Amino acid sequence: MRWINARPSNGARLALTLAPFALVLIAYAMGSAARLADNANDKLLPGFAGFAEAINRLAFVADPRTGDYILWADTLASLLRLSAGLGISTLIALIIGLLIGMLPYVRSLLAPFVAAVSMVPPLALLPILFIVMGLGEASKVTLIVIGVAPIMIRDLALKALELPREQIIKAETLGGNSWQIGLRVVLPQVLPRLLTCLRLQLGPAWLFLIAAEAISSDSGLGYRIFLVRRYLAMDVIFPYVLWITLLAVLTDYLLDRVRVAVFPWSDLEKQA
Amino acid sequence: MSAISIKDVWKEYGDQIVLENVSIDIASRAFVALVGPSGCGKTTFLRMLLGQERPTRGTILLDGEPLPAEPGPDRGVVFQRYSVFPHLTVLGNVLLGKELRAARLSARLFGAARRQAVEEARSMIASVGLSGSEDKYPAQLSGGMQQRLALAQALVMRPKVLLLDEPFGALDPGIRAEIHVLMKRLWHDAPMTVVMVTHDMREAFTLATRVVAFERPRDRPEEKLRYGASITKDITIWPPRKAGEASLIRPDRDGPVPSQGH
Repeated sequence: MRWINARPSNGARLALTLAPFALVLIAYAMGSAARLADNANDKLLPGFAGFAEAINRLAFVADPRTGDYILWADTLASLLRLSAGLGISTLIALIIGLLIGMLPYVRSLLAPFVAAVSMVPPLALLPILFIVMGLGEASKVTLIVIGVAPIMIRDLALKALELPREQIIKAETLGGNSWQIGLRVVLPQVLPRLLTCLRLQLGPAWLFLIAAEAISSDSGLGYRIFLVRRYLAMDVIFPYVLWITLLAVLTDYLLDRVRVAVFPWSDLEKQA
Repeated sequence: MSAISIKDVWKEYGDQIVLENVSIDIASRAFVALVGPSGCGKTTFLRMLLGQERPTRGTILLDGEPLPAEPGPDRGVVFQRYSVFPHLTVLGNVLLGKELRAARLSARLFGAARRQAVEEARSMIASVGLSGSEDKYPAQLSGGMQQRLALAQALVMRPKVLLLDEPFGALDPGIRAEIHVLMKRLWHDAPMTVVMVTHDMREAFTLATRVVAFERPRDRPEEKLRYGASITKDITIWPPRKAGEASLIRPDRDGPVPSQGH
């Protein structure tokens, strides 16, 4: 049988899915054990017991100085910034993206501008943001918006443009005006794409968040990682990185579930 | 009444002349089939009737009035594909026209107005034979059922003119024959003029009252750019078919089809 036709059984699929994860864990455990055998105080690759101790200290024991549970306080601070940034981006992208996709006048006005803006490296703007907006929350949220919104705008405008011309014509023959066609024909068909687009932008959004937190902050997951870097506290950094990854993966999964639940037709279309 | 009068219409795209000097009067309640080889401007002609394209020269009158420059609710349309909205159920698709017309701002109906519109939509859905599928999405329907839905969606607006762009071209022969019967019945029942583009001669002669052929009189490669297509044949079906009347000679074939189920 050709390789392109060979399909794994359910059990084999599960085993194949888990294999790379297990391999990474095993490789780490072996590396860690080898280094700890040489030097019991090694900080670079702490053992799993070290992780458990650090996680317990950060997540379940109140910080003696502030009385906060550090992991949860950091998570809350970061998620607030992230959701503010992504929420604002989504709103901007939805409005401007739809206008660009539907109205030729707005397309001529804004499409080239948005295309140019989306090429500006957002991190290069970070100093400007800090100078203009100060070191507070506003500059961090703005960085996420600047980094994420232009790409979302372009994606949604493309999706709106991709709708078959026949559908728009049909809506016109049903008596729709521009507003109604936007509301009942274009918007509902763009929303599932918006959720997918949001999923794809989660990675960049976290990148900008952590970059901003690393440079200037007093809380947040990114702040903590860069703070403890000074003490080579790998037992904190590794769990934090895993936690961030887990949060991102969960959000990604939930957003896709929401799409299927709210827009069941978008899945039917894919299968058809 | 819904007579269409087309006078000396030309359509050019830059240097390319697509249609030249097309003139035709279409009587109210006629069923005109447009046939001809690919690329001879049938669809362009239909798009001009729709208002999607404007003639370069010439005039198109609907009931003596110049045609609006945009598609509007007086002219319904069914395309070969993409005629229905994938994000709406069967009921939602048929209801949409009513909602767009009644609620300019929210484009939705509520309460008694909605109940009444739903009732009307349901009877329209029943008349195209889609009862029981009201809550399905188009992706769950077969190609033939999607085209039935597209017909229901267009007809619920009671258009003066129904424009069909190869609507049944992608259906297999059995389904096509069934939908022909439906199409005939709808034409007999609704007060509208139908213009249909088709590649299928048999379909043209089965359904239409008049078959109009578009062709390029000059079709050598060096002539293609500068000479467009025009009407070369205009055949009135005999014995004549009249909307809403049984034919004298073949009542079974040409008369109003007894409607089933409502």
